[in-house]
Amino acid sequence: MPEESKKFMYINRKAPYGTIYAWESLEVVLIGAAFEQDVSLAFMDDGVYQLTKGQDTTGIGMKNFSPTYSALGDYEVTKIYVDKESLEERGLSLDDLQHLVWEDEDEDWAEKDSIRLVSRTEMADILAGQDILFNF
Amino acid sequence: MTMLHLVNKSPFDGSSLNTATSIMKPDDALLLIEDGVYGAIKNNTSAAKLEGKNVSVLGPDLAARGLSEDKLVDGVKIVDYAGFVDMVESNDKVQSWL
Amino acid sequence: MGSIEANGKSYETDEEGYLADLNSWDKDVAEVMANIDDCELTDNHWEVINFLREYYEEYQIAPAVRVLTKAIGKKLGKDKGNSKYLYELFPYGPAKQACKYAGLPKPTGCV
Repeated sequence: MPEESKKFMYINRKAPYGTIYAWESLEVVLIGAAFEQDVSLAFMDDGVYQLTKGQDTTGIGMKNFSPTYSALGDYEVTKIYVDKESLEERGLSLDDLQHLVWEDEDEDWAEKDSIRLVSRTEMADILAGQDILFNF
Repeated sequence: MTMLHLVNKSPFDGSSLNTATSIMKPDDALLLIEDGVYGAIKNNTSAAKLEGKNVSVLGPDLAARGLSEDKLVDGVKIVDYAGFVDMVESNDKVQSWL
Repeated sequence: MGSIEANGKSYETDEEGYLADLNSWDKDVAEVMANIDDCELTDNHWEVINFLREYYEEYQIAPAVRVLTKAIGKKLGKDKGNSKYLYELFPYGPAKQACKYAGLPKPTGCV
């Protein structure tokens, strides 16, 4: 990663299908990942709904983009912070979310977890450590 | 005189669920559609608002969001599009809390 | 909007020649698209085209070229997972050109 790379964070706070924000964010992340910056994602509030596993949109006639989150590892997006409080308020736990991993090329493609469950205070520190924040 | 109340927003996004559940009468029905289905998840902080109410969720919207029956508050019914139409027919009025 | 004829069938395309409907794709239309670009599809081309279709099936996106190169390297070996090899096969840009023949939309982030 180049010396001058900046820390980019994308903050996702909307549910996936009711509005276009979630998919737009994902597209911007994938485009931005080509610029080899230090990219991380945060999921807070209704944004945590984006990561639920088992989404099946055949009945509503919309593209199911939830499989695309599994491609983030290929794009070297390996830090996905999920706000624990947001999840709990919604009656959800880590088990309800997709298991997202990235493969570490330097360790013979060993699979590592991308999702990190963090408290509000930890999230505050993570946000404070970023250079640029994008909101969706 | 019965009313079907429709909510299409998550309980954390605006006040639709709150208003609908506090205004509905004992014989009224509540149908959660689109992002409204999140309101029926067991143990979410607003789940108590559904207590004692006649609540249904639209199945295709539930499946799209990766949720299934076992995640729902007890007593919540799942309906398909035909069931949605039946509910519109069987109530005198429809009120959408958009 | 345009269209391509292959084997008596017509396939709808967008203004850049990408298939309008992913599901209308078949090998015939891939061959015809390649012929338009003066390109003869070999087993090596098909290996990449098939890989892209599988990638799309799994992740619902066409990968960026950097991602494609790395993933091909992992699946088919280092001698194929490099831009020299892929650009020799697809001189108009491996992601762009190979995605077109595979019937996928233009890769996200590819302008």
